[in-house]
Amino acid sequence: MVISGVRLPMMTSLIVWAVIWEIAGHTEAGFILPPLSRIIWRVFEIVPTASFLDALLITGRAFLFGNAIAIGIGVPLGILMGRSVIADRLLLPWVNLFLSAPLSALVPVIMVLFGLGETTIILTVVLFSMWIIVLNTRAGIRAISPSLVEMARSFGANAWQAFSRIYLWAALPEILAGIRLGMIRAVKGVIIGQLLVSVVGFGTLFEIYQSHFLMEHFWALLLVLFSFAFTLNELLAGLERRFAYYAASR
Amino acid sequence: MTLDMEALTPRAMTDPAAIPALATRPIVEVKSVSKTYAGGIEALSGISLDFPEGRLTTLLGPSGCGKTTLLKIIAGLIPASGGQVFVDGREVKGPGPERAFVFQDFALMPWASVIRNVAFGLELRGVAHGEREAIAERQIARVGLKGFERKYPHELSGGMRQRVGLARALAVDAKVVLMDEPFSAVDEQTRRKFQEELLELVANEGKSFIFVTHSIEEAVYVSDRIALLSRRPSRVSAIIEPKIVRGGDPEKIRRNSAYLDVVEDIWQQLKHYLD
Repeated sequence: MVISGVRLPMMTSLIVWAVIWEIAGHTEAGFILPPLSRIIWRVFEIVPTASFLDALLITGRAFLFGNAIAIGIGVPLGILMGRSVIADRLLLPWVNLFLSAPLSALVPVIMVLFGLGETTIILTVVLFSMWIIVLNTRAGIRAISPSLVEMARSFGANAWQAFSRIYLWAALPEILAGIRLGMIRAVKGVIIGQLLVSVVGFGTLFEIYQSHFLMEHFWALLLVLFSFAFTLNELLAGLERRFAYYAASR
Repeated sequence: MTLDMEALTPRAMTDPAAIPALATRPIVEVKSVSKTYAGGIEALSGISLDFPEGRLTTLLGPSGCGKTTLLKIIAGLIPASGGQVFVDGREVKGPGPERAFVFQDFALMPWASVIRNVAFGLELRGVAHGEREAIAERQIARVGLKGFERKYPHELSGGMRQRVGLARALAVDAKVVLMDEPFSAVDEQTRRKFQEELLELVANEGKSFIFVTHSIEEAVYVSDRIALLSRRPSRVSAIIEPKIVRGGDPEKIRRNSAYLDVVEDIWQQLKHYLD
């Protein structure tokens, strides 16, 4: 952006909002929205504490396991749906349903079935992230040029070779986009799961901060989680761009 | 109906000693092959055709006449509804190592370098990495792409991409090379250059080529034998052997009356398919 001949860096708008936040924090709204400077101070205070690191470990683990399961099931399922009309007809309505459904409402059901532990959190992550991975993989597989598949067959590829050397690679840009979108949803999943279970990970911390009205701590924790989600998205988008170079030329 | 073009061709253009009779052993035999697609569209109707070994035979006909369908049946990529295809005496049940395919749209893997694309057929056969790269390097040099081994398809022009497709087909050292309108997506200069190089390959490789095109001039220029297909449901309407004496100046051949007569004759036969 250029204002009166001066080129402003990308993050300028963030600084403007930070200043507004800081000013608002010094008014009466500071009761619910403390000044940003104090919140950032709090970030450095709570991040090294054992309870925070413990929560981070539990959350990170649930996030990783959940995503691994979502990718491990989602990608093969998407490939199956992209290849088989019968599988597609059977499963597509369900995938679309779960993609648009308010999944938070299902978390209590998982809770009843699997208890108030890590399993429930992991399953919540899977529930949030898997469907978009399935749908994107399916789209990627369906867009493969038929002549590429014929090429592999004509040079004698068996089913496994066609899958591992053609389908997977040809659909990779879409699969990666699906995984990125899935991971962003998984961040929501892991936090919503913990908030609803509220005795695991960050859920416990949020619960404590809210019940004791520690708004600075509360906002500090939110800030950390927001920047985590943002950084993750940027990293995955960067990875996606590395493979997107051939997306247009398939 | 078999047209003997020798009757129409001036003696100066034919040299029976230089061209052994095409009655050599057929490498590919198509026996009353028919193809009906789901939905009842009859593409091929009882086609029988022999392809002589070591020669270039062209399937020529109006668009949508089933030339590519026949080529893909020979390749084993699509099953025939009736009839049989024999390659080197063995019935075709699917793709096989004695056949290699060159695609109209090149069908290169955009995520793989030139050398990996060329070596892909060998990779699928489990040839060791070093060995297949050595073979691929030789073929890349042969099609004139030396120095482009580590480039990616999107960095190459259309003509260069088809050279990669050709090198890939040559790398597996198949007896029969099947080419589906390989030069239709490249510009005219490149196309003519390709035609010269193709003639060189046919002369030096000892391989048999089956070539699909809709260009009469191209067919007459490069073929030892042309199978003229009629409109759908397709049959063989004529077999033509242009018997052009090679090795001269390409410009002279293209202006030669014998060459032009064959082109004109085929045009007369195809013309009525226009309406």
